Amino acid sequence: MVQLSLSRKLAVLSDAAKYDASCASSGTTKRNSLGTGGIGSTEGSGICHSYAPDGRCISLLKILLTNFCIYDCVYCVNRSSSNVERARFSVDEVVKLTLDFYKRNYIEGLFLSSGIIRSPDYTMEALVRVAQRLREVHGFAGYIHLKVIPNADPLLLAEAGRHADRLSTNIELPTDISLASLAPEKRPAEIRSAMANIRLNGEAATPEPKARHRPKKFAPAGQSTQMIVGADPTDDAAILKRSAGLYSGYGLKRVYYSAFSPIPDSSARLPLQPPPLMREHRLYQADWLMRFYGFGVDEIVAGGEGGHLDLAVDPKLAWALKHRQDFPLDVNRAPREMLLRVPGFGTRTVDRLLSTRRHHRLRLADVARIAGSIEKARPFILAADWSPGGMIDETKLRGRLVVQPEQLALF
Amino acid sequence: MAGRRITLASRNDFAEWRGVARSLLAEGVRPEDLSWTGPDDTEDLFGAPAEAPLPSRADRPVGRVPQKFIGLAEAAICHVDPERFALLYRLLWRLQKDASLLSILSDPDVQKLERRASAVRRDSHKMTAFVRFREIVSAEGERFAAWFEPDHFILERTAPFFVRRFSGMVWAIVTPYASAFWDRQDLIFGPGGNKADVPSEDAMEDAWRTYFASIFNPARLKVSMMKSEMPVKYWRNLPEAELIAPLIRGAREAESAMIEKASSQPPSRHLRHRAREDALVSEAAPADMLSLADARAAASGCTRCPLYEHATQTVFGEGPEGADIMFVGEQPGDQEDLEGRPFVGPAGQVFDAALAEARIDRARVYVTNAVKHFKFEPRGKRRLHKRPDGGEIAACRFWLGLERAFVRPRMIVALGATAAHSLLGRAVTIGSVRGVAQPLEDGTLLFVTVHPSYILRIRDRDAAIAERARFVAELTEAGRIATTLGIGHERAERHA
Repeated sequence: MVQLSLSRKLAVLSDAAKYDASCASSGTTKRNSLGTGGIGSTEGSGICHSYAPDGRCISLLKILLTNFCIYDCVYCVNRSSSNVERARFSVDEVVKLTLDFYKRNYIEGLFLSSGIIRSPDYTMEALVRVAQRLREVHGFAGYIHLKVIPNADPLLLAEAGRHADRLSTNIELPTDISLASLAPEKRPAEIRSAMANIRLNGEAATPEPKARHRPKKFAPAGQSTQMIVGADPTDDAAILKRSAGLYSGYGLKRVYYSAFSPIPDSSARLPLQPPPLMREHRLYQADWLMRFYGFGVDEIVAGGEGGHLDLAVDPKLAWALKHRQDFPLDVNRAPREMLLRVPGFGTRTVDRLLSTRRHHRLRLADVARIAGSIEKARPFILAADWSPGGMIDETKLRGRLVVQPEQLALF
Repeated sequence: MAGRRITLASRNDFAEWRGVARSLLAEGVRPEDLSWTGPDDTEDLFGAPAEAPLPSRADRPVGRVPQKFIGLAEAAICHVDPERFALLYRLLWRLQKDASLLSILSDPDVQKLERRASAVRRDSHKMTAFVRFREIVSAEGERFAAWFEPDHFILERTAPFFVRRFSGMVWAIVTPYASAFWDRQDLIFGPGGNKADVPSEDAMEDAWRTYFASIFNPARLKVSMMKSEMPVKYWRNLPEAELIAPLIRGAREAESAMIEKASSQPPSRHLRHRAREDALVSEAAPADMLSLADARAAASGCTRCPLYEHATQTVFGEGPEGADIMFVGEQPGDQEDLEGRPFVGPAGQVFDAALAEARIDRARVYVTNAVKHFKFEPRGKRRLHKRPDGGEIAACRFWLGLERAFVRPRMIVALGATAAHSLLGRAVTIGSVRGVAQPLEDGTLLFVTVHPSYILRIRDRDAAIAERARFVAELTEAGRIATTLGIGHERAERHA
């Protein structure tokens, strides 16, 4: 085989990794290199060191160890039947690249994944070795996210969790039937068992509140997963139900939704057109409503039509427009859980309204100052000097609140 | 216009401002009688009041402020706004009369303070993100330097971040107004500099640009998002920024190239691998289930009812083939679903303890459930148990039947109504059937008792103790009957 230059390998193996949406580097334990004389620190919130023109944060060096793969998942650029250029990093090459990038403050750390070569154990072991070398040989204290290969040995999983901040296993598709048809070698039960094992390991590593014994750390930033949207016909309702099940079962920090993206040398079995990126955005908004705003999946889905979210308005506004009888809400009296349902109010705005109204009655101008923008909320609230009157019942309300899709500017 | 002018020596030294402010507060000087200037503020020769001597700095607290004010003021004083010193003193003054002022987020002064502080914090955060070190190539080992142009006077408050992160490196950060040096021991600040003070390139920047270009997905162009998070003003010091314009220009072309690159013939490596896999599959045993192990393997892919879709895995029974007693529960719970084994959660612990008291060895009995997948309702970060319905029980009876056929127990103990329903083929109330052995169609004896989770759910302590004692007694009775059956069975075999 022709030897590829390091730069060519980097191009191939980061190109192959870009379909994984996650780049988060937050939520891990605080640590630094003051005592060690090495490099690396994590301070709770992550840092985006750059942004690509696709608007995505570049926080980690996100690469594959190799894009050779024995699996043939139809939606994947690295499937074995594809003719993309293949490459493979050595463990040392990844370690050196990570350290060189980190020292120049390009990245927060490493997100390492891989195609499956030989066997799940063989692949997982190589991933673990990179993390182990960074930690133990180089005293690297930066962020490490490792992909977990389903069905790998539990001992390898335990070791991965010792070195990594975050682990992830991709659920890939929203239903088992879609997975069986598009990723025939993957077993849904194996993927979910991997998540279950991460949760069990994580719980075993959480010390009892009063216990003296401190168990070994296990992936302190928890686990996440990714679901591809629009490669199969599953509707938004089923996608969100799947997410609710995953959040409740495995203590996931995040479910990432990745709009199916056209890939080179694509299979004829995939849809010709990618789904609108707006669909992915709406799913993220719905996911937030589910986790931080007390909305149930059924409520969110009821805001749209036929099991799909409304692409023209955000899911909270969509819900509110169908529940006008619950509005307007008095910002000086309504409880937190109701204020969270006002379109345009985020959790932060609501908490600030609650804090301020303890001291004086809120007028519309106060709300505007606190919320930043009030256009969306105005028809749904009452303030000391404001009532929306008949605004809430206007049939044109929806039309007025729909934001016209933004035209891309010439650059 | 103000009557007294205060000139501070430092742009962003909170301690200096605090010392002066304490003295002024002690003197009772009103904010409107003061004007403040820092070292960068241009002299306003015409409107300026006569410069008064700086009051001596007070080292002791004067007045009171909420803790929150200190944090906000420490940030806001780094803002370039020349009004920042006056704003802080005005708030300090107002806080003496109204300690809750900072909670009134609609107050214009409070809002200004918050905005100044958050602008400084954002600038500081962006500095941690966008500083780019370049290696100074020399014989003295690895050393790094970076040029950065912040919007505010944030070097002093941000440099400690770089110390914590790069404590094992020797580095310098140069900004227009000040510079910072770290030699692995001490952090020292010096005067400002310019771009020429740091190297103009670094050997890794090509690799970084390669990464930047490759990680970008041209099918998802979102330029405004990029610009709001990485404002253009930072671009001139980012080595990757020179690629942004060409990447955007080429995006549409790259996307259509991706789509147009039609699927081609799979590589020969793939075909070889496929052939090997196919050979393996054809050698594998046919789908007939000839043993308990076959049944277990087949059940792992069960889709006879929709419960498989959200559960983790099939939880098949556990125990030796030929066990005398088979215990049948309702369905796996949260813990069982995660571990893939029956009766390992809280109810399993109640069950194990009761078994031990009834002198039944769990290792010698077969333990399973009427329904093999966990049925639940997601509720935030928890899964609430949901009772399986008749359809699900019926669908799963197929597997229970196979377990019965391969284990051939003399007695089956149904734990709870769902198990009894599955084994009797009809819904029953526990009260009407519990504690009495009755033969099933194939001659196996069925003994019904409660499910151990029922005991966990009883709120009243005395009632729970009583119910648990009854559960143990019933298990003991079941064990006794099974033993008697076993003896009878052996005798019959001997006679035959």
